[in-house]
Amino acid sequence: MTTLTDPPKEQFRLSMLLYDTRYRSATIQVIAMLCFMLLAAWLINNTAQNLAALGKPIDFGFFSEPASYDINQRLLEYTSRDTHLRAALMGLLNTLVVAVLGCITATIIGVFVGVLRLSSNWLVARIMTVYVEMFRNVPVLLWIVLAMAIMIESLPAPRAFRGEDPTATMKLFDSVAITNRGVYVPEFLFSRSLGNIHLFGDSSLRFDISLDLMAVLVVLALSIFAMRKVAAKAAATQEATGDRPKIWYIQLGLLFVPMAILLTVLGCHFGYPELKGFNFKGGTYMRNSLIALWLALSLYTAAFIAEIVRAGILAISKGQTEAASALGIRPGKTMRLVILPQALRVIIPPMISNYLNLTKNSSLAIAVGYMDITGTMGGITMNQTGRELECVLLLMLAYLIISLSISAVMNWYNNSVKLVER
Amino acid sequence: MNKSVVFGALTVAGLAASAAAAGTMDDVKARGTLNCGVTTGLVGFAAPDANGEWNGFDVSVCRAVAAAVLGDASAVTFVPTTGKTRFTALASGEIDLLARNTTWTFSRDVDLKFTFVGVNYYDGQGFMVPKELGVSSAKDLDGATVCIQTGTTTELNLADFFRTNNISYEPVPIETNAEAQQQYLAGACDVYTTDASGLAATRASFEDPAGHALLPEIISKEPLGPLVRHGDNEWGDVVRWTLNAIITAEELGVTSANVAEIASSTDNPEIKRLLGSEGTLGEMLGLDAEWAKRAIMAGGNYGEIFAKNIGEETPIGLARGLNAQWTEGGLLYSPPFR
Repeated sequence: MTTLTDPPKEQFRLSMLLYDTRYRSATIQVIAMLCFMLLAAWLINNTAQNLAALGKPIDFGFFSEPASYDINQRLLEYTSRDTHLRAALMGLLNTLVVAVLGCITATIIGVFVGVLRLSSNWLVARIMTVYVEMFRNVPVLLWIVLAMAIMIESLPAPRAFRGEDPTATMKLFDSVAITNRGVYVPEFLFSRSLGNIHLFGDSSLRFDISLDLMAVLVVLALSIFAMRKVAAKAAATQEATGDRPKIWYIQLGLLFVPMAILLTVLGCHFGYPELKGFNFKGGTYMRNSLIALWLALSLYTAAFIAEIVRAGILAISKGQTEAASALGIRPGKTMRLVILPQALRVIIPPMISNYLNLTKNSSLAIAVGYMDITGTMGGITMNQTGRELECVLLLMLAYLIISLSISAVMNWYNNSVKLVER
Repeated sequence: MNKSVVFGALTVAGLAASAAAAGTMDDVKARGTLNCGVTTGLVGFAAPDANGEWNGFDVSVCRAVAAAVLGDASAVTFVPTTGKTRFTALASGEIDLLARNTTWTFSRDVDLKFTFVGVNYYDGQGFMVPKELGVSSAKDLDGATVCIQTGTTTELNLADFFRTNNISYEPVPIETNAEAQQQYLAGACDVYTTDASGLAATRASFEDPAGHALLPEIISKEPLGPLVRHGDNEWGDVVRWTLNAIITAEELGVTSANVAEIASSTDNPEIKRLLGSEGTLGEMLGLDAEWAKRAIMAGGNYGEIFAKNIGEETPIGLARGLNAQWTEGGLLYSPPFR
């Protein structure tokens, strides 16, 4: 007769944390985590104590004090009496402007150069190689400074436009003035404007929404919606009968006629730049600092994007092109409909990091006196208030948020183009 | 096997913040050189010459302090700083002393925690324009594009001046004097504004100085002086009294030429105290008796330094004006050596 005994119940002992492989790695990770947190706590504590010893405890109160300095490029209304917070906001908007403009142009140039570098035309391919290698291998700061120096030294000053026999004249039927202080282009003006909606009263974050712009956007959205409907109907007809009805003139009409009616109703006309006093007045003024920064960042980043595009195209097997030509698809369409959609899956992820790089590189703006957020909050505000730590921390936070937003948007796009697995 | 592993309590030790900065003077003596913050280059005030030797009015303050503390006027490491980087450089301890035509203001003293040890140049903000523009007053500058050095008091004065006069302008912020000069000469800005002394120095380096005019308006008070960090009064005293020593030397007629023999030949007790042949002023500062003698020998007294670097005989051609001794109607007034 045997008696069955339960297997001895294993009791948990402290030593098992170290000698039992089931727990060991967790133990090590917990200890490493504790050490890391202690180090971080020590750094923070040390900084706080040292600042307190200096008589400069961390304090963000200065943000509500008047900034007292002027900013040349401001997208919202701002005077030197506004707060440091609003000055930082102006800087943030300037950063976003140059980042968005830069990302768009860098993408366009980059895709062109990347495709052309694979061209069978020897000269075109070599020129693109030279472009890519030149821009990729020289620090972007030098390109920014060079672009600025070229603008300042080679273009005419506004005073060259003056007098009976001026040495410089306006371009494009007297509508565009290109000076070494920047480019003045005609602006849209509305003689029967709908006015603005003012938000946030007198606070530092106040801004106006232009109802004219809203109206234009709404009409544009409706037009595009209608165009899609028409296209969908045409596709349905094609499915049913095999004949695709001609719809391009309906599409064009839907796009342009409502817009033209709206602009006439609002009394849209151009405001041209004019030389008045020391400078041109009127029109939209794109400062030399913006143009130099935008150009240099775009050309520099485009060189990297070109390489990514080239890599993406080369990653698609040659069989795809051959299969496409076997089906009778022409080379241009092959690139557009067969190669690029597949290449996008390879291209998008490294593209995200290039957009992030461009945005972060825009902090070199102060080299040409462009007032981005590094120039306002991380520059003049920091200098005038002496709040180095606070300003730098907020600056880091601002760039972090911008970068994470770009990543989020691009990841969403990446998910929408990636291979759907079944 | 019943070996239990005892986790020792994780002691959190040694978290005490580092003690308040030790004596700057000890640091300087131990290092053997003085780290002195100067401009990135402003002829007459601080600029390297053809041999790479720094020279100028502000540089002389650095050299005088180095001579007083280390006994060697050449034992200075010059750290070029921009308007933006200068305060961070000083606050972080990268430099021991900032002599970079910096305006003494309330907030820099109280809020940024710096000690201005005195004034070595009484200045004011002015405007420079090309003569061909035909501008005769700063109030005619409505709509002009103005180059300013960013991170300076001039930036704030400018905003206030245009706002109170109800005229508009387009600021072009610039990091260094050299860049401002480039933009101004290319016509990318109509006006360059900074301290009047700086404008004179900049204009002197132009190919055609006569083609540019300084406007009559001086829109601010800019007392420029050397500064040190708060919290080290001994070091502050050394720099303050070195500056006072070269100012007093001019008042008492002590020059770099006669300083060697006047110490013994004079009967004036203040000169004797200054030069260390009587009393123990040097010892009180933590230096030897001849500290002031060396400071004066380094570049001369205030008048000599002024005349050599920015005075009327130089291309910069600044008159003494407010910077004359109080005995001659100026503002220079050193406390007595007693």
